[in-house]
Amino acid sequence: MASNKKYWRSVEELNENSSIVDTLKSKEFVEEIPTDDFLGDKESLEKSSTTRRDFLKYVGFSTAAATLASCEGPVKKAIPYIVKPNQVIPGVADYYATAIADGFDFANILVKVREGRPIKIEPNKEIGGSTNARVQASVLSLYDSMRLQGSTNKGASISWSDVDAKMQQILNDVKTSGKEIAFLTSTHASPSTAKVMAEFSEKFGNVRQVTYDSISESAAIDAYAAIHGSRALPSYDFSKARTIVSIGADILGDWQGGGHDAGYAASRNPSNGKMSHHIQFESNMTLSGANADLRVPVKPSKQNLVLAEIYNAIVNNVSAKDKNVVNAVKQLKKGGNGAVVVTGIQTKEAQLLALAINNKLASQVIDVTITNNKRQGNDAEVSQLIADMKSGKIGVLFMNNTNPIYTLPNSKDFVDALGKVKTTVAFSTVENETTSKVDYVLATPHFLESWGTVEMKKGEISLIQPTIQQLFDTRQFEESLLKWSGNNTAYYNYIKDTFADFGANKSFGQALHDGSFTVSSEEIDTVITNGVDLAVAYQKVSSVKENAFELQLYTKTSLGDGQQANNPWLQELPDPITRTTWDNYITMSAVDAEVLGVTNDITSNGALNGSYITLKSGKVVLEKVPVIIQPGQAKGSIGLALGYGKKEGLKDEMKVGVDAFPIYKDFLTSQNVTVELASGTHHFASVQMQNTMVGRSEDIIRTTSLTVFNTKDQHAWNPVPEVPYDHSEITVRDENADLWDTFDTSIGHHFNLSIDLNACTGCGACVVACHAENNVPVVGKKEIRNFRDMHWLRVDRYYSSNDTFEKEIEDLENLPAFESYEKVELASQENPEVAFQPVMCQHCNHAPCESVCPVAATSHGRQGQNHMAYNRCVGTRYCANNCPYKVRRFNWFDYANNDEFDFNMNDDLGKMVLNPDVVVRSRGVMEKCSMCIQMTQASILKAKKEGRPVADSEFQTACSNACSTGAMVFGDVNDAESEVSKLKEDKRMYYLLENVGTQPNVFYHVKVKNTGV
Amino acid sequence: MKSVKKHNLISRLTLSSLAFLFFFSINLSAQGDAAKGKKLFNANCAACHKLDKKVVGPALGGVTEKRDNAWLKAWIKDNAAFQKVDADAKEAAAFSPASMTAFPQLSDQDIDDILAFTSAPPVKKVVKATTDNVESTNKPENKDNTLTYILGAIMFVMLLMIYNLYRTVIEMKDDTKSKNLSEQLKSVCDAFKANKFLHFLLLIFFTLLGTWFVFSWLFQVGVDQGYQPIQPIKFSHKIHAGDNKIDCQYCHSSAKHSKTSGIPSANVCMNCHKNISEVAEDTKIVLDGITYGKEALDKEIQEKLYTAVGWDADKLEYTGKTQPIEWVRVHNLSNFVYYNHSQHVTVAGFKCQKCHGPVETMDEVYQFSPLTMGWCINCHKDSEIDMTENGYYKKIHEQLANKYGVEKVTEAQMGGMECGKCHY
Repeated sequence: MASNKKYWRSVEELNENSSIVDTLKSKEFVEEIPTDDFLGDKESLEKSSTTRRDFLKYVGFSTAAATLASCEGPVKKAIPYIVKPNQVIPGVADYYATAIADGFDFANILVKVREGRPIKIEPNKEIGGSTNARVQASVLSLYDSMRLQGSTNKGASISWSDVDAKMQQILNDVKTSGKEIAFLTSTHASPSTAKVMAEFSEKFGNVRQVTYDSISESAAIDAYAAIHGSRALPSYDFSKARTIVSIGADILGDWQGGGHDAGYAASRNPSNGKMSHHIQFESNMTLSGANADLRVPVKPSKQNLVLAEIYNAIVNNVSAKDKNVVNAVKQLKKGGNGAVVVTGIQTKEAQLLALAINNKLASQVIDVTITNNKRQGNDAEVSQLIADMKSGKIGVLFMNNTNPIYTLPNSKDFVDALGKVKTTVAFSTVENETTSKVDYVLATPHFLESWGTVEMKKGEISLIQPTIQQLFDTRQFEESLLKWSGNNTAYYNYIKDTFADFGANKSFGQALHDGSFTVSSEEIDTVITNGVDLAVAYQKVSSVKENAFELQLYTKTSLGDGQQANNPWLQELPDPITRTTWDNYITMSAVDAEVLGVTNDITSNGALNGSYITLKSGKVVLEKVPVIIQPGQAKGSIGLALGYGKKEGLKDEMKVGVDAFPIYKDFLTSQNVTVELASGTHHFASVQMQNTMVGRSEDIIRTTSLTVFNTKDQHAWNPVPEVPYDHSEITVRDENADLWDTFDTSIGHHFNLSIDLNACTGCGACVVACHAENNVPVVGKKEIRNFRDMHWLRVDRYYSSNDTFEKEIEDLENLPAFESYEKVELASQENPEVAFQPVMCQHCNHAPCESVCPVAATSHGRQGQNHMAYNRCVGTRYCANNCPYKVRRFNWFDYANNDEFDFNMNDDLGKMVLNPDVVVRSRGVMEKCSMCIQMTQASILKAKKEGRPVADSEFQTACSNACSTGAMVFGDVNDAESEVSKLKEDKRMYYLLENVGTQPNVFYHVKVKNTGV
Repeated sequence: MKSVKKHNLISRLTLSSLAFLFFFSINLSAQGDAAKGKKLFNANCAACHKLDKKVVGPALGGVTEKRDNAWLKAWIKDNAAFQKVDADAKEAAAFSPASMTAFPQLSDQDIDDILAFTSAPPVKKVVKATTDNVESTNKPENKDNTLTYILGAIMFVMLLMIYNLYRTVIEMKDDTKSKNLSEQLKSVCDAFKANKFLHFLLLIFFTLLGTWFVFSWLFQVGVDQGYQPIQPIKFSHKIHAGDNKIDCQYCHSSAKHSKTSGIPSANVCMNCHKNISEVAEDTKIVLDGITYGKEALDKEIQEKLYTAVGWDADKLEYTGKTQPIEWVRVHNLSNFVYYNHSQHVTVAGFKCQKCHGPVETMDEVYQFSPLTMGWCINCHKDSEIDMTENGYYKKIHEQLANKYGVEKVTEAQMGGMECGKCHY
């Protein structure tokens, strides 16, 4: 049945005579579509023989042709040398012994060079070299794309010959004007630089040289000078220590130039039943405090009182009141000549008291005859220089390897003073705040491109030699000075020619090969001069007034004084304590945070947000400083790292943090401040949010006390997990506890890595070494915040939820039913026990990752390594989910050649640091620690070529090689003589999460603390 | 010994030597055996002298015309001593700052032979270089034909089925004799059209066949076996490694030490090419089907090589102006594979030809092996490790023998098939 309903499309249809309706009957649109407008020239279009179909044909054909053509591989060129240097064999690495001396870090190193480019820095162990994270990373700073590539005069580039002509004229003018020539330099500690400067002074006269350390140790040097007559630092050998009392000295950090960790770790080995006792009085949680047997959180001002009381008790035999001091004094007396007191309080008086105490103790740990030259700065002279600059006494100012405009607390003063000096010259490797304000910027080479000498410790001189041709148009500071003094010898020849003057114990060639030589030196009188009035010093130290909020400034293991701020490896290195990257921040105690209303929140994706505060000290105001609530921070104190907040000579991504140098008044690391809450939320990029082990320290980090370790059976403090089998308990190492078939690993090599948690200080050098060796990409702050960090090796840090891990376990056991786990989940804020644990792929013999890979991309090798074939991986990430150790890392993006990740892998210069033996992984694949299989394979191949067995010391991984404390030992357990196979039999040996049954090839050693004394 | 100029520029000198014939016939005192002389010349003199060209020393062609026989003998035997007594000799010594080596070991007859050669080199037909003596040590491995056999079998079964079907149809219809061939075919066709099961089988067959083709095409993507790029210099491995029998590792010297075999730096070329600036008269190489003769090849040395290293052939000195040579890489292993030449050359003791094929017969090098993982693995499976010679294997060998009674193992058994050994 037809319907009579009439459907209409618009009201227009109701209008009977509508032209629109009529038009729409025959056409789709009411108006002509103005195709001519957008097609353009109508005539030529009509004339054209190409129809739309033809056009589509052409498009189709060309697309297909392009696709087909792209199936062919690209033509690759190979360009050999014209004249190959004899010592270079393409594909074989050379090693050169040299030293780093950048004014902040000093170390004897070996540089691995491939085809003429340095790619890795290793400690020169034969002459006692050890490297920290910054030294390890310094090879990347060589390839910094923001380096100075040539010299400039007021912004315009200038050739070296013009520089020489101008300088000659300027220097002669100054000489005739009678004004002074001033040098402001970092600590050189270089005998040959000193010689060059002496020659320069002789020629021009009226030359003043001022050494300036951005992080000053001037107080300690002055104290030493007051007693021993010359400005220097004593050296410390903590391996001889039986009792260490540190008052605010981060002996495992950068205190007095750093490098004390190897000796410290040596005294902490409990194997023969003895180890040193370490008491740390400090306000911030430092590495030293985290490793101490007893840590006492004390405000900076109170540290003075602690020191004064200890002094009084030891030197004047006045008994102390504070129970912690009483204990410390007792321990010091017990330690005899193995006791030592060190302090980081940056006043001359405090340092004098410490020296006096050690003298009274007759401490063998401190050596005042062999001085430590890593810091030589003189704060008084720096102030004097600035004053003289202002009064116009200085005619020309030369600055070498120093950035006072950034690092000086009174940098505005300095900038004013600069204006009063007629000519200012900065020698610098990188562009920085200072180079932008001076007349002449003279580009100097990186230390890996330079010649030099450095005397870090008295009597031991290291040679610095270049490991690459100078990349840019640079000239060494010394070479310039020599030239201007009229000496045209190259600095290399100068060192060689004057080598005989040192009276070295070996030839120049031999010294260059070894990296250092020794010279005999005259003894220093160890007797304290009578002129020092210690009573006055005591008076001053004991009367330090307390302030409501005291700021303790410190340097991070990653950035140090900030001169390598453009180094992405260091920016991404997590702070060992806060586990936060790409930032500095205020560390504050929970009590203070609550009072101020400061919060740390964890967002829904697990990332950390924090409040801002405003920090005031006198006239200096630091706005918007983010805060992290730090367990163990002394109440009423806050911490802030120097070296951040730089703006010049950095890629945008690296401009992070707050510049704390303006608050570093009078070079005092502790300052009285006021704080108030500011608005806004800061986004942190932390890599670890889980702070405690939730009472599972038996599975994760086993700790025990020295007393228990010495007196009780191994089963009591290091039990092997047990499982029921056939109505009885068997250990998981029993073959009946094993579901899997094993293959015979007793023939050939079987690699194991031993990690001694007693020796591990958490310094993070291994993390950077792993970056360098394995081409691990940097992902940037944003991606770290998404927990997409790529570190193959992480150093986990755990706090105890109660005072100690032991009590945490008890808490868990006594947790009432239906009680929340919060009690054991949250870190103790007051003074938790801290433990570090490096975790990398455990190379399980029964690897959970291997059995779940759908494409067999990860599989086990006969030598114990868990292999990862990146090209086979399809990126299901099943393995990462199944890994109980969470050590697998997924490549979410292409990190190389990607502008979104503008780090070293995105520029030609930065790529030169890549290890050619390890592939750069692409997007969508899983990666992880390979146990440096490229290194073990290379060692094996070398032995095969030479037809001999592999020596134990030849097997290394990047991390074990970088470890200065010997915490990581790598080797072949099938070689009964190897160190690692002995460590495997040690009673402290245990496996991480052993009850899972994965049978790892990485094992740990129980952490023993000397607490129960 | 074909392509080196000094050995057979002879033919070019034939005409000029005719001119000396007359002189020769009367100069009895200087009679020598030019053939012997050639040998002696090559052994003792050729490093510094050529017949027609100044090199380190002066050109020696026709030297007997300039100096008399006795003078030459005295000069050759001990020129330093001779200079003291002879003014001419002193003058001659000024030719070059480098003094000539004394040859007291040469007898008068030897010198006569040499001089005879310099004056009239014997004309000798150049023996055509053959490659018979160079055996290919490796042949391309046999292709795996299993798939082909399976397909063949399937075809056979299907044909059999069709035949059976046909017979059944005929039997059922029972009219075998009544129809002629075309009718029979028609009935087969009809039967085929009606048989859905047969359609289904055919569909499966063609799907499988198509898949096989697609897969075999996909598997050869990125396999560049036979890749033979045009190189910037017409360098012939056949002339160098084949005809002149230069050891591979003389030029590719890193192969025994390093992961890369190393493309020789240009200074290695100059070890020989300082003296050899042209090829022999009828040297020919064939690149891409085009034959290049002496003229073209001389240019390669004189223009390309000498420009690259900055060698001034007239002044016999380096100018210092260099121009790197951009060779085209023939063997491009993916960078996710770690391959080490020294492992195979020094430890395993393989000949280069095992993977690179008969390079000594190639004018233009091509990729001989597929460089696929299967190819690597097959060799690892087959190659036995000689554990007796190498000290590294001593302990492993003992352990294997004691525990498993194994005397010989292949590379694969030693872990040569583990992913991580080549992929890291």
